[in-house]
Amino acid sequence: MSAVERSERALVLDADEVARLRRRKLERVGKWVLPVAVLLLMLVIWDRIVVWNEIPHYILPGPGLVFQTLITDWAMLFEALLVTVQITLMALAVAVLGGVGLAVLFTQSRLVEMSFYPYAVILQVTPIVAIAPLIFIYVDSRIAGLLLCAWLVAFFPVLSNTTLGLNSADHNLRDLFRIYGASRWQTLRLLQLPSALPYFLGGLRIAGGLSLIGAVVAEYVAGTGGLKSGLAFRILEAGYRLNIPRMFAALILIAATGVIIFAGLSFLSHMLLRKWHESALKREP
Amino acid sequence: MEGVDKTFNGDIVALKGMSLRVREGDFISLLGPSGCGKSTALRLISDLLHPTAGRIVWTGTHGTGDLGVVFQEPTLMPWATVAQNVWLPFRLRGKSYTEVKDEVLEALRLVGLEKFQTSYPRELSGGMKMRVSIARAMVTRPRLILMDEPFAALDEITRFKLNNDLLKLKAAIGCTVIFVTHSVFESVFLSDRIVVMAARPGRVITELPVNAPYPRDEVFRTSAEYAAYTRQATDALHQAMGEAA
Repeated sequence: MSAVERSERALVLDADEVARLRRRKLERVGKWVLPVAVLLLMLVIWDRIVVWNEIPHYILPGPGLVFQTLITDWAMLFEALLVTVQITLMALAVAVLGGVGLAVLFTQSRLVEMSFYPYAVILQVTPIVAIAPLIFIYVDSRIAGLLLCAWLVAFFPVLSNTTLGLNSADHNLRDLFRIYGASRWQTLRLLQLPSALPYFLGGLRIAGGLSLIGAVVAEYVAGTGGLKSGLAFRILEAGYRLNIPRMFAALILIAATGVIIFAGLSFLSHMLLRKWHESALKREP
Repeated sequence: MEGVDKTFNGDIVALKGMSLRVREGDFISLLGPSGCGKSTALRLISDLLHPTAGRIVWTGTHGTGDLGVVFQEPTLMPWATVAQNVWLPFRLRGKSYTEVKDEVLEALRLVGLEKFQTSYPRELSGGMKMRVSIARAMVTRPRLILMDEPFAALDEITRFKLNNDLLKLKAAIGCTVIFVTHSVFESVFLSDRIVVMAARPGRVITELPVNAPYPRDEVFRTSAEYAAYTRQATDALHQAMGEAA
């Protein structure tokens, strides 16, 4: 649309249009400003509560002290963060491979699906904290144990979503593939996998958060310290030492990691689907 | 090339003792109320279903690749561009895009969509999607194209336009068409033979020849001849409905 047309249009805006434009602008700005404002407000309230009630820092540290701890303990916390992130990402990668692999296997053979699907469900519904101690008895390598725990939590959404996606390919398209004599492999690669992509990406976003949770829970259970300990262990350790500010600092790092993983996977999803999928469509006003 | 003759005797719940002879170059409409087994007949012909009794015989050199299909929905792959969608029948036969690029572009040109080859289906209107679907069905130059109520979901203006274009396309590539429809007007305008079917059980009531010469155009659509054929087909359809009830 040319600038001239645009200005001509602007002239005929009626009251409804003006209100609609104002609402849209408000939404655009508010989406970012409001959460930040709430955050600042909460921080101020937190700070005031601590100061006015003279709460000692070993019970509840103020936000300033937490921030200061985050900086002074940065070297140690960052090292721990790297360990946790490493476990999380590895678990997520294995969850994707395992989840998608099993899903493909399930759709290729009904027998395999009938045989193994119930066990996938059982693994999913048994709380990880209940299984983790056993895992650490039988698995010698600490990293392998942590990975296994995180994977157990994370793989199911990938599996169930991908299975659903593989089975929801358009029936007419399926017929078309049959009429043209497509092989199993062609049908899988050209029809089922693309159809499953949006579902898979939905599962992936859930799995990203869950693998972080799995990694943290597993660290809690594994408990052992040493050089290669992650954030969860740092939190436990700081708790024993009544170093509450460090607990908060580590907690902030974990939460931030979770948010970054989610944002990253959402971005990935948007990039992969923006050309064709309904979810990525910008709707006309 | 030898003529495609097909004899078909189904005897399943949806279809009872249906016989149909299709000659090369025919444009046949299957016309009837819902549940008369029109779509079942197409699925049998396309080998997606197998007859319980009776058989389907192809004469001449028929392979599965000699068939093009258009469904009621455009049935395009939303993740693929228009050109990639049209490429599909070739792709499933192991032909690379560069090998068949000319055929794909020619098919798109015939349906008037050569400018949209890099568009995605969601960017197209309903009529344009259907054109892509038709281009895909004829890109391999099959001898037989099956169409299952392809224009039922479109508005009338778009449908008239597509009907005209379909006849031109058929003339251009010289294939045989079996066309399932609910619409009397559409079947009269398009076909040289209308097979009227009844429901419960699905069966053929009668066959009406439409002996108007091709090419047909808007003049034919408003002629007395057209009106007469329409009346004949409507009566036959009423008879079919009456017997079913």
